[in-house]
Amino acid sequence: MVSSGPGLSGPGSAVSSAAGKPVGRRVILGMLGLGAAGILGGARLQDWLAKVLAPAQAADPTGLTQLIPAAGRFRIYSVVGFLPHRSTTTYRLKVDGMVDRPLDLSLADLQSMPPTRLVKDFQCVTGWRVPSVPWTGVALSDVLDAAGVRPGARALRFESFDGAYTESLTLDQGRRRDVIVAYQMENGSISDAHGGPVRMYVSPMYGYKSCKWLSRITVVGGVQPGYWEVRGYDVDGWVGRSNGRNDHPTS
Amino acid sequence: MDETTTRPHSLLLRFDRVERAVHWVNAVLFTVLLVTAAMLYVPNISAAVGRRELVKTVHVYAGLALPIPLLISVIGPRWGRRLRADLRRLNRWLPDDRQWLRARGWRAGRDRGIELGKFNPGQKLNAAFTGGAVLLMLMTGSIMRWYKPWPLRWRTGATFVHDWIAIALVCTITGHIMLAVSDPEALRSMWGGRISRAWARRRAPRWLREEESAGESGPAAG
Repeated sequence: MVSSGPGLSGPGSAVSSAAGKPVGRRVILGMLGLGAAGILGGARLQDWLAKVLAPAQAADPTGLTQLIPAAGRFRIYSVVGFLPHRSTTTYRLKVDGMVDRPLDLSLADLQSMPPTRLVKDFQCVTGWRVPSVPWTGVALSDVLDAAGVRPGARALRFESFDGAYTESLTLDQGRRRDVIVAYQMENGSISDAHGGPVRMYVSPMYGYKSCKWLSRITVVGGVQPGYWEVRGYDVDGWVGRSNGRNDHPTS
Repeated sequence: MDETTTRPHSLLLRFDRVERAVHWVNAVLFTVLLVTAAMLYVPNISAAVGRRELVKTVHVYAGLALPIPLLISVIGPRWGRRLRADLRRLNRWLPDDRQWLRARGWRAGRDRGIELGKFNPGQKLNAAFTGGAVLLMLMTGSIMRWYKPWPLRWRTGATFVHDWIAIALVCTITGHIMLAVSDPEALRSMWGGRISRAWARRRAPRWLREEESAGESGPAAG
């Protein structure tokens, strides 16, 4: 754009400007060089920055350090135009479909079941990762046993009370002990922004597989692709083995 | 056009209609990009706004549209003349420019008899930086949006570059707006096109001489 071209005989071009050094062009070319280096080497730089910034972030009550790129904290994704909310007293989780005993569980019901605690990384398919997040909840497998899965069931469908989000797992995936219905995160209750009061945490898979604001689990005969899966993400979202990514596994 | 109704002796045409139109279309696009970027990136705003799919789409299309107004305007054989001449001025450094930058500013510059052209070195650097930044944002943004063919490390690197340039652009655009507001006459000329000779004598004496020696070749704006 800035390079000189033909036809520069317009007003003011009779000027001495041609004599000057093309500093603008040099700046732009230099930036393109730096940018290319950043694309090739930025990942390493980012890992280093995240490590250096971690202590500052842990001690930062304002949350401002979260604005620094790649600073190792959660980003908040919601697919609807509001932040879904259910109070801990009115919250219900339905378990239905191909089960012997459909359930309608309160938060207290979930908390009375044997808890499972996991400390695992949270990896988003868009690239960010939060190291060592403590989660507490009920193993999904225990919830399914309480409802009694009927023969012929093959998959699970998850619904969010945001009214839009859905997710899926095969029954075998849902039976893993590191797949939980979580009601605690980082040793406290789960906030609205993080999908509380109850959400899924599917630790071996990318974040989109962990349905936030969980309201319903339906046992079904086959996998029905979820919200982001219809929009291009892999149905089997294993960390490091899907979506063309090779991140270090989280579980 | 209304520009000819003002007295030609006292006012100079600083930016023609094409340049002003490009400037304000760019300003609108930058605003859309910054607002949608905040919705995608700042955790509290993301949580409050949601609608990720829609916001993402708006951000991507506004980004792809960003270079179009400048490109359309710069290729015009007639209508792009002044814009091309100004881009050339922004690109080329005059003898006194480096000295002005070292003295950092108007007062020091005037005292030492430094004579600037139509744009001061700060404006030249800002223009070059913004041009380079837009190209890099398009490149890295495209890698992020159409990520399939790229290796993972490149995608992470592209996100990294995109994030940091965005922060730099917030700073330079804020500075640009603050400086514009601090010089109301210059700001008005980005709306009306014309500026006083007194302003040019103070801020761009070399440009004033060019214009005067070219005679009143008439406003070439069309």
